[in-house]
Amino acid sequence: MRLAVRMLGRDWRAGELRVLALALVVAVASVTSVTFVADRIWNAMVRDAHQLLGGDVSLQADQPWPREFAEEIARRGLARAESVNLASMAQANGQSLLAGVKAVTDSYPLRGRLRSAPGLNQPDAPAPRGPARGTVWLDERLTSALGVVPGERVKLGNVQFPVAAVLTLEPDRGANFFNIAPRLMMNKDDLPATGLIQIGSRVTYQLLAAGERKDVDEFSAWAKQRLGRGQRLESLENARPEVRNTIDRAQSFLGLTALLAAVLAGVAIALGTRRFVERHLDGCAVMRCLGASQSRLLALYGTEFLLLGLGACAAGCAVGYAAHALIVQWIAGILQVQLPPASPLPALQGYLVGLVLLLGFSLPPLIQLKNVPAVRVMRRESGAPRGGALAAYAAGFASLAGLLVWQAGNVKLGAIVVGGFATAVVVFVAAGWLALRAAASGAVARALGARSMAVRLGLASLRRHSRSNAVQVASLALGLTAILLLSITRADLIGAWRRAAPPDAPNRFMLNIQPDQIAPLGEFFASNGIPMPDLYPMIRGRLTAVNGKPVSEQDYVDERARRLVEREFNLSYSAGPPPHNRVSAGRWFDAQSKGAAEISIEEGLGKTLGLKLGDAVTFNIAGEPYSARITSLRGLKWDSMKVNFFVIGQPWALERYPTSWITSFRLAPQHEPLINRLAARFPNLTIVDVGAALKQLQAVLDQVIVAVQFVFLFALAAGLLVLYAALVATEDERRREAAVMRAFGASSAQIAGAQRTEFAAMGLVAGLLATVGALAISAVLARRVFELDLPANGWLWIAGPLAGLALLSLNAWLSSRKVLRMSPALTLRDTG
Amino acid sequence: MPLEVKALLAARGVGKVVKSGASDLVILRDIDLAVMPGEAVAIVGASGSGKSTLLALLAGLDVPSKGSVTLDGEDLFALDEDARAALRGRAVGFVFQSFQLLPALDALENVMLPLELAGRRDAESAAKQMLERVGLGERLHHYPKHLSGGEQQRVALARAFVVEPKLLLADEPTGSLDETSGEAVIGLMFELNRERGTTLVMVTHDEQLAARCGRIIRLVGGRVESSDGRAVA
Repeated sequence: MRLAVRMLGRDWRAGELRVLALALVVAVASVTSVTFVADRIWNAMVRDAHQLLGGDVSLQADQPWPREFAEEIARRGLARAESVNLASMAQANGQSLLAGVKAVTDSYPLRGRLRSAPGLNQPDAPAPRGPARGTVWLDERLTSALGVVPGERVKLGNVQFPVAAVLTLEPDRGANFFNIAPRLMMNKDDLPATGLIQIGSRVTYQLLAAGERKDVDEFSAWAKQRLGRGQRLESLENARPEVRNTIDRAQSFLGLTALLAAVLAGVAIALGTRRFVERHLDGCAVMRCLGASQSRLLALYGTEFLLLGLGACAAGCAVGYAAHALIVQWIAGILQVQLPPASPLPALQGYLVGLVLLLGFSLPPLIQLKNVPAVRVMRRESGAPRGGALAAYAAGFASLAGLLVWQAGNVKLGAIVVGGFATAVVVFVAAGWLALRAAASGAVARALGARSMAVRLGLASLRRHSRSNAVQVASLALGLTAILLLSITRADLIGAWRRAAPPDAPNRFMLNIQPDQIAPLGEFFASNGIPMPDLYPMIRGRLTAVNGKPVSEQDYVDERARRLVEREFNLSYSAGPPPHNRVSAGRWFDAQSKGAAEISIEEGLGKTLGLKLGDAVTFNIAGEPYSARITSLRGLKWDSMKVNFFVIGQPWALERYPTSWITSFRLAPQHEPLINRLAARFPNLTIVDVGAALKQLQAVLDQVIVAVQFVFLFALAAGLLVLYAALVATEDERRREAAVMRAFGASSAQIAGAQRTEFAAMGLVAGLLATVGALAISAVLARRVFELDLPANGWLWIAGPLAGLALLSLNAWLSSRKVLRMSPALTLRDTG
Repeated sequence: MPLEVKALLAARGVGKVVKSGASDLVILRDIDLAVMPGEAVAIVGASGSGKSTLLALLAGLDVPSKGSVTLDGEDLFALDEDARAALRGRAVGFVFQSFQLLPALDALENVMLPLELAGRRDAESAAKQMLERVGLGERLHHYPKHLSGGEQQRVALARAFVVEPKLLLADEPTGSLDETSGEAVIGLMFELNRERGTTLVMVTHDEQLAARCGRIIRLVGGRVESSDGRAVA
């Protein structure tokens, strides 16, 4: 043990272990930072679990709950509370803003406490109940955006309400991490007077119950049997599945990114250990000579590495903790919860990952080290114990695969990532090897190097080292891919949305227009000298059957399909196809034909739900079935900012259902004040400022991207480490060759030129590979995940190779300086 | 045989054959020899005569194709690799042509290494003493690359003698040195050998150097051609 400690000190001083230690620090820091963040969010959710719902069980529906549910709650002696959620314009000081309105009964919340403050930036306190009748509470965002102080009035629908307090904590909002609209809370009794709820309004009705566990369970069982379409029951066990899914997915994405860094670090560890082993073969042989047994050697080096691992992992945990603190700070704005303090568990997990990596990748080569024959001290060629290298790395990759699957919590996902990474490595190594061979081929050498000996020598060296160089090229390419990918997605995602909207695109949506408001609205627009925009009818209906077969969300696996089936659709009717739509299949229906009803659906919807031309679909609209045959598919651009509908039917078939109207229009900046007058005149209208919504979305995205990018930084650092480890691994050989060349009279310029040529070729190849890789992945991401057409990134074809060139040129310069500084004799003696 | 009982080191019928492509290459044939305690023996021969291979076999660094070697009363090849290593650690010191100092360790640490491997608590003081004895008391913390060849070989001598071995095996100890420093190192080696009563077996192609030993074993084509001095077993 004492000897192992000394050896650790000696090897550390000699710089043999730095790459290993750094790789471990990066791997552990990367995993711990993400795990710390995830753990705290998860703990917050667990802590808030009983408050998440505001009760022990929560019933939600898009229609008011039938009386029997409330009666059943009372009959079983449970406490009951209700809330109604909708979006509406809140007006004050001549401003109007879209707010998330929540109207609650006095009994709300049944679990957890509301907190409120008498004014902005004043200490808050628990509140026994929500807003009293005739008053509203605004959250901090809304209060400051409207510029109101408690006591002043806010207009909501038809009613002016005094602001009674600033809402600082709403227990069941905690889980909703990505709230965009600020909160306005009011008393449920005041809701009818506002006139906010009209036909077509998107409203969520919530019924909460709480009490003895047994009674709650019995009530839940009773309620579950009576749930209809559009009605859900949430209990602690299945609380907020959509939020949980989102967070879970984000976590596993970040976790996998972190593990990618760990994988790369593992490669660096493997390379570093290999070099360590090669440099210690002689020493081991000497020690065998001096009487050390194999087990002694293994124990010695094993202990040395373990000590190194313990130290490096601890450092990694510290770095990871610091990094997580930064991440939490960045995303604090979107996480509207108080995070609990960090638990030590993530550090433990990171430690474990680090040790598994170290042991998985370094133990097999170390075992080879102990097998070195003692006779090597006399006959150098009876040298490195070869073979088993494949088995050695297999062990490393097996432990990694285990880690990945563990992290992904999903064998399939883990396997995809492991497989994808392995494929990428193999492809990069193979492509790198082929490209290097091609670059070093006789033809190229003749074309380029006819005049310059340095170039000829460099290309010869490239050919000679093509195997180890291919590994270096592949690792550099992996690291570069990560950077390029990030810069593409980051820059282009938002840009693509922006570009999709032409400058004259509508920037306001107006919803909830009631039939009797159409005429006054026209007058309002006319009197203000603005042309009345086209209004579209909107009818809410739920898909109930396809070709006579009832459908439910259980019939679909695809998440989007499930959501579509679960919620209500917006249907519209029109005699002709909307001008910004394109009929892509079938024929637009004859509006006059009074036979069987026909409809046109959006082609994406058809794909998601598996609907084809000729299918008969049935919707439930306001309790009545409406069946129609699909006779055309439409292609449309959702990001055109125009009003679009999934389903359009014939006017005669749909006119008779309860209808609200919707429109979008472009408001010139000088007409901004009009919005406030419009909201004042028609208080039930919801007016969405698209620009502001996009801006908010962008702010959220930016914060998320910063966090993601931070984690990618670890992957990049790990990639660079692999590169460095790979370069260091061949450094001895390069130095030796340079020394031999020097001994034969090559000038510094010729040696440096040869190295420059070699590294430049490698850098270019790596950059090209990275460019191809990043473009391919971003294309898949854009199509599959973001559903966007990314613009061609021509610049990447220049930036990628340039980045590779710059990185390796820097390295060539540093390494040739080192080689040239030394006298040939010293170098030869040192490495001989 | 009474001779073998007393011999510190004895080889009986040792042969070594290696595969070289399709054919077998015979490096050593039927070597018999015995080295008495306190004796100094030189093994000489041209390049390729098999002398280094013989030394490796005598040290148990390599395994013979046939025959046996007894060292300090133990049949080397009846032991496993680890037991041989332990025996070496206990009884054998080495000096190599290429010094074989560990580059990451300074002079003192190199000399301490065998003591540390043996678990000796006084490793540092013993190593210091030994380095002072070989005249490197001022260079304890120099790394091999900052030492001259002669100095490196003196560190190697200190490392070999610090465990007070019964047997010192030297493989061309002056092979990498110029004449002056080679002479100095050899002088020191014989001095230490006498001082400590160590048995010496040295491989060399230098006849003058060999002549300083009590006995010369001459190898030609893998066989003992002649053995001057005392009798061969």
